[in-house]
Formats: sequence, structure tokens, C-alpha cells
Amino acid sequence: MPPLLLRLSDIKKSFGAVKALKGVSFELRPGEVHALLGENGAGKSTLIKVITGAHIPDSGTLEISGGIVSHLTPTRSQELGISCIYQQPALFSDLSVSENIGLRLEKNGPFGKVNWKQRHKTAVALLQRIGANIRPETHVSELSMPEQQLVEIACALGSGAKIVIMDEPTASLTRSEQELLFGVVRDLRTSGAGVIYISHRLEEIFALADRVTVLRDGESVCTRSVRSAAGKNELSEDELIRLMVGRDVASIYPPRESARGEVILELQNISCAAGRIRDINLSVRAGEVLGLAGLVGAGRTELARVLFGITPADSGSIHLDGRELVVRNPRQAVCLGIAYVPEDRRRHGVILPMPITENISMAVHSKLFPAQWLNFQRERDLGKRFVHALGIKASSPDALGGSLSGGNQQKVSLARWLATEPRLLILDEPTQGVDVGAKSEIHRIIRDLAAKGLAVIMISSDLPEILGMSDRIAVMREGRIAEILDGASASAQSVMSAALRSA
Amino acid sequence: MKTYFRELSVLVTLAILLVILAIFAPHFYEWQPLLSRLTAQVPALILALGVGIVMISRQIDISVGSQFGLCAVLAGTVAANGYGLPTALAAAVSAGTLMGALNGWLIAGMKLPSIVVTLATMVTWAEVLRLFQQGKFVNLPAGIQWFGLSQLGGQIFLISFGCVTVVVGAHFLKTRSLGRYIYAVGSDAEAARLSGIHSGWVTFSVFILMGVLAGLAAVLNLVQSPQVDPKCGVGLELRAIAAGVVGGIAVNGGRGTLWGVFVGLLLLSTINPALTFLHVEAYWEKAIQGLVILLAVVADGFRVRHHSR
Repeated sequence: MPPLLLRLSDIKKSFGAVKALKGVSFELRPGEVHALLGENGAGKSTLIKVITGAHIPDSGTLEISGGIVSHLTPTRSQELGISCIYQQPALFSDLSVSENIGLRLEKNGPFGKVNWKQRHKTAVALLQRIGANIRPETHVSELSMPEQQLVEIACALGSGAKIVIMDEPTASLTRSEQELLFGVVRDLRTSGAGVIYISHRLEEIFALADRVTVLRDGESVCTRSVRSAAGKNELSEDELIRLMVGRDVASIYPPRESARGEVILELQNISCAAGRIRDINLSVRAGEVLGLAGLVGAGRTELARVLFGITPADSGSIHLDGRELVVRNPRQAVCLGIAYVPEDRRRHGVILPMPITENISMAVHSKLFPAQWLNFQRERDLGKRFVHALGIKASSPDALGGSLSGGNQQKVSLARWLATEPRLLILDEPTQGVDVGAKSEIHRIIRDLAAKGLAVIMISSDLPEILGMSDRIAVMREGRIAEILDGASASAQSVMSAALRSA
Repeated sequence: MKTYFRELSVLVTLAILLVILAIFAPHFYEWQPLLSRLTAQVPALILALGVGIVMISRQIDISVGSQFGLCAVLAGTVAANGYGLPTALAAAVSAGTLMGALNGWLIAGMKLPSIVVTLATMVTWAEVLRLFQQGKFVNLPAGIQWFGLSQLGGQIFLISFGCVTVVVGAHFLKTRSLGRYIYAVGSDAEAARLSGIHSGWVTFSVFILMGVLAGLAAVLNLVQSPQVDPKCGVGLELRAIAAGVVGGIAVNGGRGTLWGVFVGLLLLSTINPALTFLHVEAYWEKAIQGLVILLAVVADGFRVRHHSR
């Protein structure tokens, strides 16, 4: 048996009083895809930073290719063949793809001569190897997020890494790009490299991983084989979820029980050239959760932006509560009772240096403080009410938004919008990057809101979530509504085929 | 008190400096020169408060010195022609408002970067002033200096006015919706916009306010001497920015208070006379001021690194 690529035993790491890792053991064999699974805050990112040398553990041993390594630095870990692909690509956006790849791979010193031909050739070869349809001379700023991620992967491949870490690589990829990525991962496995694969999507783990290690509260709970020698699945999704949360999740999705009321929103022939959406006809009723499915780039977020007045529609009509209206800007949308919880919560959802209470009151100043004078007591009461109602876990309602975990940030973002008492709530990827426990809480909250008579539009790339939560599913494709399905009877196949089928 | 940590540390530094002066150079506390020195800082304080608010909203305004000079000469000319101080004040504030509106329109409306816009307006207003005034001082009629009060009365009025402005400004930022919006836009303009805040208007109003304060500061400067120096605004923008930085206003927006600007300016403006009184060679003045600013920036760097971990 060849030596292990990587072995961590009993790694501990604290930040002040917070014990991020309380004894984690982990190993990676050559030619293995090893999934790392755990709720947010379970210690996955800290563990990765230990492996890449960004954090030095307090105790425990780290063995790379059979040799014990102490005082690992980021440079040393790269020399040892460790490469990490983060969720957010770290590329130079004003340089071309081949320049980025060259900067990452070429080692000819600050005054070395650049061999442009060679650089171009390397880039072409790497991009071809992963099957990415990207021209090397394109500027990175012109690439989409998934394309940038593919460039990152090309860099990792080109560096000849023995240990490749992928941190939620598919979060922003479309289905076909995911397939590309899976191909690359399998390629790496065949070539004898080891892949540490982190994802919140369980079906990916079943599709790709050989073994899975579950982290919970800074400890490695267990390591299991995904398939037996005979190729049968040894684990079930329920079992994995149970291992992650340490308790049985009775039913992942809350039952659909809300009665549908009147039509709240009606869209007729909405088009917007800037958002590349055309001829949208759609209606949402009170008490209904309308799932908006489709591939990344199909126009789902763009439709939400039209409804919220960020990029107003060019033509077509919007009726809210039966009245025709034009939404020109977000301010007006808020006044009309439309709420939009945006996709990228770290950037546009929660204001990180502000306390939770101030974040929550942000959109209701005119309602809460009619004379523009802030009433701190009233603001605090509002904040406390939502912290309590949504189960936001924080040291106090005055804790800064930046100190919260992803799931709790999402709840704060949601609370800000619920405070406006909207008629129509648009959620864009409400549980992206959120751990399983917080995810089911957010699902329950969405269901409760619908039961109270809100009309909810939920954009999601998480197929099980769309299927589990939606009363109806509108599938978008290339800027149009491709099909509207009944939520209870739709299947993953029917949604995917609507999203993929060429017109 | 964790939220006012920076303000307090600057205050403690200032206190240490004052104690040292009390022991080694008690002449520093002779009240008449002390009063004069404090009075001379009031216009800079008013400017620094405005620049502080601009910085909190994640913008910068380096044209304030030129705005100040233009307003001062304009007000002086109005007063010299016998229109009286109230008219002069109105003229200065109107001019400031217009210049602020131009900056605001270019930055908030045309979405141009504030450093470039205010660099351009800084040069433009300075050149306009040079063309019209050609370096000549404006002689003020009697009755303008110290508002026609005694020198002592005028000084006490100016110092009180400065302090009241700090209190009112700090209170405004903390207790009014617009104040909160300025912090929100400075932290994350897109998040603020998605919350239904009109980011553009917030930025625009911040620059208008800056112009108003520049006009006001110019008049508060004008009443302190019998003449207006057309070069009186040169370098003031750097002084104002430095006060904010030392007092803990984040250059990338969203953090800091006007109390910080206040103590920052007090500290910076105490260093120069302190060195004189302590018989340190004058060459060191600028170097030590630079060092204090550098220290403040380094402290910020540590704080940011600590948080991003």
C-alpha cells in the first residue's frame, strides 16, 4: 500500500477562548476523493487553513507524504504539492487568463524573462485538459464566476498538485460546468492525486467521493466509505445528515399546508434587455411559495432585480394587488411592500460592521422613526423581537453582523425584510452556504411566512430545496419561463429537463 | 466603552502630553496665548468635521482648502463693500453650497471617483481665486473683527461655537436617520441601496454639507484678523483629513465618530506648540506630526487584520 498523502492526527486549534478544532484526525490516500462534511462552524475552513499552512495548529501532528511537517507555511505547503481552490476565485481581473496561469505556475523570479509563447501554450493545454471553452487571451474580468473557477482549477492542475482541496467548487456552477468539474476530479483521482472535496450538496458527495469524514463542533465524528467494494452505496443521505447534526432531522422540509389566497403579483410580458429576460408571464398568490428554478444565468436573479426596481423593465406590466404599477427603484419597491433578500449576503445582505439591531431596522426607518429621529428603545425592541422570532444565535442583539455565521447572517438579512411587513418576499438562494440545521430553520420560517399570507418567490439552485419547498415551480431557461410545474408532483427529472431542453 | 476605544486612546495620549507640558513647560498654560491658539483651530475643526463625515460615507474631499479660500475671499469682499457680516456669511455659505453641490453631482450623480473629482475642483477653485485676486489681501472694515465684540468675547464665542458644533454634529450622526444612512452607505453602498436607501442622495447631501461647513469655517476664520489672506485655505484639507485619520475615522468608510475628529485635531494642534515649549527644534514638528498619523494608520491596520482573521 502506498504511503498516505496526508495524515492529520488530533489537531487542535483555538482562537482566544474559541476552540475551533478540538482534536481532528483526517487522512488522504493517493487516488482518493475524500469529502469533508459538516455544518458551518464545524471547523472545515480552519482545518483547510491548517493544511494550507495559513494557520499553525496548537497541537497534533501533520504528516505530508509520510514525513512529519512542523511549521507549515503557505509557501511550503505549495512546494509540497498542496493546492486549494476557494469558493471565491482569487485571480487578477485585469490580466488575461494565460497571464494569470503564468503568474501562478512560472517560477522565474522578479527579473526573469517571460516566454509568452510557452505561457500561451501551457494555458491552452491546461484549459483543454479540463475541457473549458475559454480563450487564454480573454481578460478575467470578462469571465463569469464559474469560468473563473475553471481557470483556478486549471492552475491547480498545472501546478502538478498532489493534494487538491476544493471548497464548495460547484456553488456557482451550472449543471454542465459541474459535469466538467466532476470529470476533472475523476481525472485527478486516476492520476494518483488526492482530492479533499467540500460541499453542502449531498448528492455530489455520493456521485464523487470515495470516503467521507464528518466534522461536528471541531471534532472529527467519523470517516466512512461511501461505497462498498461491490460498488453499492453504504451510506444514506439521512444517515449523513444525522451524523452532521448529531440528531435526527425528522423531515427535512416542512409540510405544504398553507391555503392559497388571492393573486398578489401578476406579470404580463415583462422584458428587460439589460437583464436579458423576455416575455415573462407569471403570477403569485398569497400563501404560496413559488420556486424559481433554472441554470445559473437563466435570468432568475435578473427577474428578481426587475421586480425590485434595480433594473426596471423595458416593457410589459406588473400588477400588485390588482393595481398596475411601475417599479423604478428599490426605494419605491420597499414602499410598495416588495422585499428582496439578495443572493450574495456577505456583500449586499448584511452590513458587516453594523450591529444586528441596526441591520434589522435599516429598511424601516421611515416607518419606525417618522420624524427621522432614531428611537433606540424602539429599534432595540424590534431587533430583539426578530432575533427571538427567527432564532438568530448571537451573543447579544448588538453583536456586529460580521461576527455571525452564514446562517445567522442570512436570518438577519431576512429579518430586515420581514420588518418592512412585505406583501411579496423574493428570496435569492436563501440557503446557499448555510449549514443543514440553519437551513431547515430557514425553510420552516419561509413556510410560516407563506402561511401568514405572504407571497413568496424563492430562487434556488438547490434542486431538493426547490422540490421540497415550492407549491409551484417556474423553470427559467435563457431569459424566459420555460415551464411551470406543480410543486407536489414535480420531480428532479422534470425540472432539470425543463431547464435544459433546447427550445 | 469598547466602541469609543480609539477616541479614548487619543484622549489619553493628549492627556499625557498635557501633563508633560504642565511639569516641564508650565508657560504653555498662560491663558491668553492658549485661548488664541484654540481660537485659531476653530475653522480647521469645522472643516475637519465635514471631511470626517465625507470619509465616513467612504468618499474623500481634498478640495475643502480651496473651497475655504474662495469662500473667505468672497465673504471678505462682500464685507469690504459695506454689506455687513450677515450678508458676507450668506455669500460664503451659498458659495460653499454650490461648490459642494458640484462635487456631489459629479460624484453621486455621474458616479466619478471622489479623489479625482475633488482634485480637479481643488485646482480649479484655487486657480479661479488666483486669477481674480492675484494674491492681494482683502482689507476688512472695522466692526467685522471679533464680530464687533471685544477680542476676549469673540474668542470665547468662537470656541463655544466650535464645541457646540461637535456636539450637535455627533448627536446628529447618532440619532438621525440620515446619520445612520451615512454609515450604511459608507460600509456597503450596494447593501444600503438594496435596503431602499437612496445612496446617491446620501452622498450628494454629504458633499452639500461639506460645502456649507467650508463656507461657515471661512467666515469663522475671517473674523479673527483685519485682513483676508487669499492663501488661507492652502493645506487645510490635509490637516482635516489627518485629524479624522488620527481620531479613528476609517479611510474605507463606515466607521468613526466626530468625537474622534475633535480629539484628533486637538492632539495634532497641540503637538506643534508643545514642541516649541519643550524646546525641541522646530525641524521635528512635521516629522512628529507625520509619525502620529502613521501610528494611527498602523493601529487601524492591526485592527483590520485582527478582525479579518
